[in-house]
Amino acid sequence: MSSTSTAFARARAEGRAALVGYLPAGFPDVEGSIAALKVMVESGCDIIEIGLPYSDPVMDGPTIQAAAQQALDAGVRTADVLRVVEAVAATGTPTLVMTYWNPVERYGVERFARDLADAGGAGLITPDLTPDFAPEWIAAADERELDKVFLVAPSSTDERIAMTTAAARGFVYATGVMGVTGTTQATAAGVAPLVARTKALSPAGGADLPVGVGVGVSTGAQAAELAVKNGIGADGVIVGSAFVRTLLNHPGDRAAGLAALAALTEELAGGVRA
Amino acid sequence: MSTYEADALGWFGGTGAFGGRFMPEALIAALDELDVAWREAMADPAFTGEFDRLLHEYAGVPSLLYDATRLSEHAGARILLKREDLNHTGAHKIRNVLGQALLTQRMGKTRVIAETGAGQHGVASATAAAYLGLDCTVYMGEVDTERQALNVARMQLLGAEVIPVTSGSRTLKDAINEAMRDWVASVDETAYLFGTAAGPHPFPSLVLSFVRGIGDEARRQCLDQYGTLPDAVAACVGGGSNAIGLFAGFVDDPEVAIYGFEAGGDGVETGRHAATIFAGSIGVLHGARTFVLQDEDGQTIESHSISAGLDYPGVGPQHSALSAAGRASYLPVTDAEAMDAMALLARTEGIIPAVESAHAVAGALRIAEERPGQTILVNLSGRGDKDMGTALEYFGLGQAGSRGQRETK
Repeated sequence: MSSTSTAFARARAEGRAALVGYLPAGFPDVEGSIAALKVMVESGCDIIEIGLPYSDPVMDGPTIQAAAQQALDAGVRTADVLRVVEAVAATGTPTLVMTYWNPVERYGVERFARDLADAGGAGLITPDLTPDFAPEWIAAADERELDKVFLVAPSSTDERIAMTTAAARGFVYATGVMGVTGTTQATAAGVAPLVARTKALSPAGGADLPVGVGVGVSTGAQAAELAVKNGIGADGVIVGSAFVRTLLNHPGDRAAGLAALAALTEELAGGVRA
Repeated sequence: MSTYEADALGWFGGTGAFGGRFMPEALIAALDELDVAWREAMADPAFTGEFDRLLHEYAGVPSLLYDATRLSEHAGARILLKREDLNHTGAHKIRNVLGQALLTQRMGKTRVIAETGAGQHGVASATAAAYLGLDCTVYMGEVDTERQALNVARMQLLGAEVIPVTSGSRTLKDAINEAMRDWVASVDETAYLFGTAAGPHPFPSLVLSFVRGIGDEARRQCLDQYGTLPDAVAACVGGGSNAIGLFAGFVDDPEVAIYGFEAGGDGVETGRHAATIFAGSIGVLHGARTFVLQDEDGQTIESHSISAGLDYPGVGPQHSALSAAGRASYLPVTDAEAMDAMALLARTEGIIPAVESAHAVAGALRIAEERPGQTILVNLSGRGDKDMGTALEYFGLGQAGSRGQRETK
């Protein structure tokens, strides 16, 4: 069982959903992102997703684009991302990297898997890599027992959900809306059918593969609405743009940004427990 | 295109080599739907007949194959020009958009989106949308809206909405990103009219099927008019749709050499260029594995070219495969060489080419030196009306009483 699965199991045992928090590495700078992610861990995130800033992020809306661009403009490198992973994973919280595919391919798939594992990273979330085009990554991840988090969407056919969940490890990422990050709000009514289909089509009826809902989730109330107790069945709630926006809203005042980040994390952590 | 075609997953040159589909899961169903609809349409004589009729009656296709005798005299080889510049909207792109817009209509969708660099694909998309009664939104990098303001106005006059893209480098690659973001959120009623033979499967093959008339016609015309195949064919390559359309007609003729000319910008050695195959490396961009201009970490590097239509840091995967297989050669042509060729063609033949197409002419002049007396068929993919601002500035034109400061040979 991976550290990610363990975190989901712990949340499930407590009768709640897990809170998964995202920030891009190197935003506002490398040290700043480590400090911010540690605040998110301390304030109630069960699992951390670290974004690898990329020049052409087709799944991201303006908020995450702006943060990634800021990180790239400041010169963040793939090696810096791994350094952030190491610092955050050292807290004991499962830490995954969310990355578009080209930077991994360029780094070398095998080399990336090795260095990610060495840094204590739990695995990868790959928004533009589906299992049918991922043989190299699947082999490298399997060798090191890294999580392979693939996405399912409301538009996915049943065949593709079955194929994706069969290939996934750690959890499967259900996109809450048809759209990019940070623009549209996901609703329980919109998400419920996808979560139900994903669970029904997962090996062992989803018992071994938690479903996290992301894209379009930003508030504690939404987290509560989507969380397991209220019948939607999401095992995890993934929040990204809202954290990024919180930091973007406090330029030049690190302390105020971190305080706001802690407050948002607590609100969301309360939501998944509601 | 025989051994150079894609397999069922969209791989060119063997599984995992070039092409494929590196896309968000949310768009996979739409790409599969498109793939099925396109294959059915291409097998339906009613669809292909209607496509051919529109090309002929509306777009002015087949375009002429023209023997450029004065240019040939200058070059020392016979230069034949495939006159795609004479098509409606002024470039080969009308072929692609009429095909894709007809397919959109057949699929029952009501809205099209498109990205555009120079504005040619945007204008063509707006034209096809107006003609077929579809809503049209065009994404265009803010930098490009400034250097191609005339084309923005044309799109608007045709009823399209032009959205300036302010993210990233604010050029074609970012316009593609933004169009994909739109598509993820609107895929039920919207078709994405991809502007070049790149992107995720099935776009490279789909676009080729609509533009390959360029090469099929040119081959037939060359045989009919001159009784022989050309010794070489040449085209400019940005994303590479005009080039792949031409090359498709000749790729199975091993005696015909194939040349693609990429934008060398200020010179490949300066780093300011768009010579993706010549100077780039293999990576994944906009849904396909292909040659990419990228840094050590796989971040896309901004390309540079005087020609907005070639200013793209990726290239269609089939070109990468043709290069890897040694079937086609890809070489850079600098801004200066292209502008010289533009002026030369204007003054020898009375034809003002698009700056993009001028790269192909310049390249043909270069290979003519190694092929004296041979026949070189060049795709004159577009006309230069849209580039008068660039020419005015580059040559110092526009002042009556002078012929421009930068005299050419």
